[in-house]
Amino acid sequence: MVKSLRFSWFNVVASLILLFVVVITLYPFLHMLAVSLSSNVNVMQNNISFWPKGFNLSMYQLVLGDPQIWTAYRNTIIYTVLGTIISLVVTSTGAYALSRKDMALRNSFTVLIVITMFFSGGMIPTFLVVRSLNLVDTVWGMVLPGAVSTWNLILMRTFFSGIPKELEESGRMDGLNDIGIFIRIIVPLSKASFATIALFYAVGMWNNFIFPLLYLRSPDLFPLQVLLRNLVLAGSASSGDVTSIGGDNLVVEESLKYATIMVSTLPILVIYPFVQKYFVKGAMVGAVKG
Amino acid sequence: MADAGVTQHILQKEAHRPPRRKSRLIRTWNRNKALWLLFLPCLLYYLIFRYAPMFGLVITFKDYNLFKGIWASDWVGFKYYRMFLENPDFWPLMKNTFLLGLYKLVFGFPAPILLAILLNEVRRAAYKRFVQTVSYLPHFISNVIVASMVIMFLSPTGGLINNLLAGIGIGPINFMNEPGLFRGIYVLSEIWQHIGWETIIYLAALTAIDPQLYEAADMDGASRLRKIWHVTLPGISPAIVITLILNIGKVLEIGFEKVFLMQNPAIYDTADIISTYVYRVGMVQGNFSYGASIDLFMGVISLIFICTANWLSRRLSETSLW
Repeated sequence: MVKSLRFSWFNVVASLILLFVVVITLYPFLHMLAVSLSSNVNVMQNNISFWPKGFNLSMYQLVLGDPQIWTAYRNTIIYTVLGTIISLVVTSTGAYALSRKDMALRNSFTVLIVITMFFSGGMIPTFLVVRSLNLVDTVWGMVLPGAVSTWNLILMRTFFSGIPKELEESGRMDGLNDIGIFIRIIVPLSKASFATIALFYAVGMWNNFIFPLLYLRSPDLFPLQVLLRNLVLAGSASSGDVTSIGGDNLVVEESLKYATIMVSTLPILVIYPFVQKYFVKGAMVGAVKG
Repeated sequence: MADAGVTQHILQKEAHRPPRRKSRLIRTWNRNKALWLLFLPCLLYYLIFRYAPMFGLVITFKDYNLFKGIWASDWVGFKYYRMFLENPDFWPLMKNTFLLGLYKLVFGFPAPILLAILLNEVRRAAYKRFVQTVSYLPHFISNVIVASMVIMFLSPTGGLINNLLAGIGIGPINFMNEPGLFRGIYVLSEIWQHIGWETIIYLAALTAIDPQLYEAADMDGASRLRKIWHVTLPGISPAIVITLILNIGKVLEIGFEKVFLMQNPAIYDTADIISTYVYRVGMVQGNFSYGASIDLFMGVISLIFICTANWLSRRLSETSLW
């Protein structure tokens, strides 16, 4: 221990490189926050880096006063909650059945699932299937086509396989059937695993952009990601620096866009530190068991 | 133990009994029906949303007509494949897809390994944890936001990067309109987004290395760098090989979302890849058969890639996915 505290160039260089990684990762977010909170004059003079200058919240008032944002927020929350529940139920029941070595056809089912990791029908045939089921432009089109992630399924199966057999047998002694064992014994024992997989699904759903792009038509159903793209990216090609909204109220487009980004990313940034350890645990299970 | 004996006894007894097909079927059904019921939603999902599209690929050999449906549409054989191969866009698209994937592999693959090794060398647990927590963050930010950030920071009017460049006297560069810069920008943004997250697998592998190996190396007077070279790297090499195979298999499967969000017609020369082309031709212009044919063509090449990578690795290092 004494040895490791001695000064060495190696430690200095390693620590500096890691510090660089931290700065590169965090600085963009701090910059966006600073710009979105600064006064127009300062933004147009490009003299903001870390700290907001001429602090004001007008951009946030503007963003939060836009009814589109609220509709998109509501839609995203609906898709995320509904999608996560459906995904979790289908994935956990499927994973439990696959984890039971005594299930007939288990190997056939596993092969069926693993094949899809290497080969798929692709964007267009999948779209045709979704359309033929009349799921296009519905909430179900957002939550059903991605209901199971094979990766998460395998993670859960690995987890369930690790639960001691004796617990199931004791459940059987008490007269439970397989479904009873799953609900009464496996689910309560696997809360951490359920939390992890739920988080993976929820983040995937929250960030999903390709499903709404392919399967949604009406703006009323658009989630945040699509609105964000329309406001921030699609608008950026044509218009200039300054947009005028209602008379002489000049708005700097850049800070308006940054404010929009901040508003739509805030939930993830806020809950991230609290749930981060679950993500890592889930990824570790996947990493170690391959 | 007694249990196993009893089970074996029953098994032997059953083996001697003449097989009665019907009763065995019924018994299998009775024993499995609850588990099968649990598996049913999952099975339905895979059949409907994963396998039905695979069978839907027959439209690549048909002139898919919206009103006639898949089965009534006319067969056209390899018409759409020939159309794609003869298309002047064919080679540029293949090249863009392949090069973008290759760049990502060459620069994106070693990055998390280096970061993981550096993290492993940090003695202060708190600092290590802090760096890890921060570096995982961008992985959870949506592609729309990452693409927005990239485009806005690189904007010639007031973008962060151009402001910095102006500070050292370099005139505004319109980064997102330069075809020559797209691949670099894309790969850098990918590394920024995923480097931390991808270290997890290596960090997990690192914890499995026996500390005695380091002590032995210390005895032999090895320097820090030597220990990394002779202990750390060999210790995580199975993880490296597996990840490498997976990545080689995915060279042609570049995420559609981010490329689609970052590209614009001015840089199609380098930024248009197969999946974005499929979306434009198939979904936007409605040439379902043509789009699906291109997709299938690439899917098959991808499959060949991953099988070859797996085969090579099994021969060279005895580590493989299957």
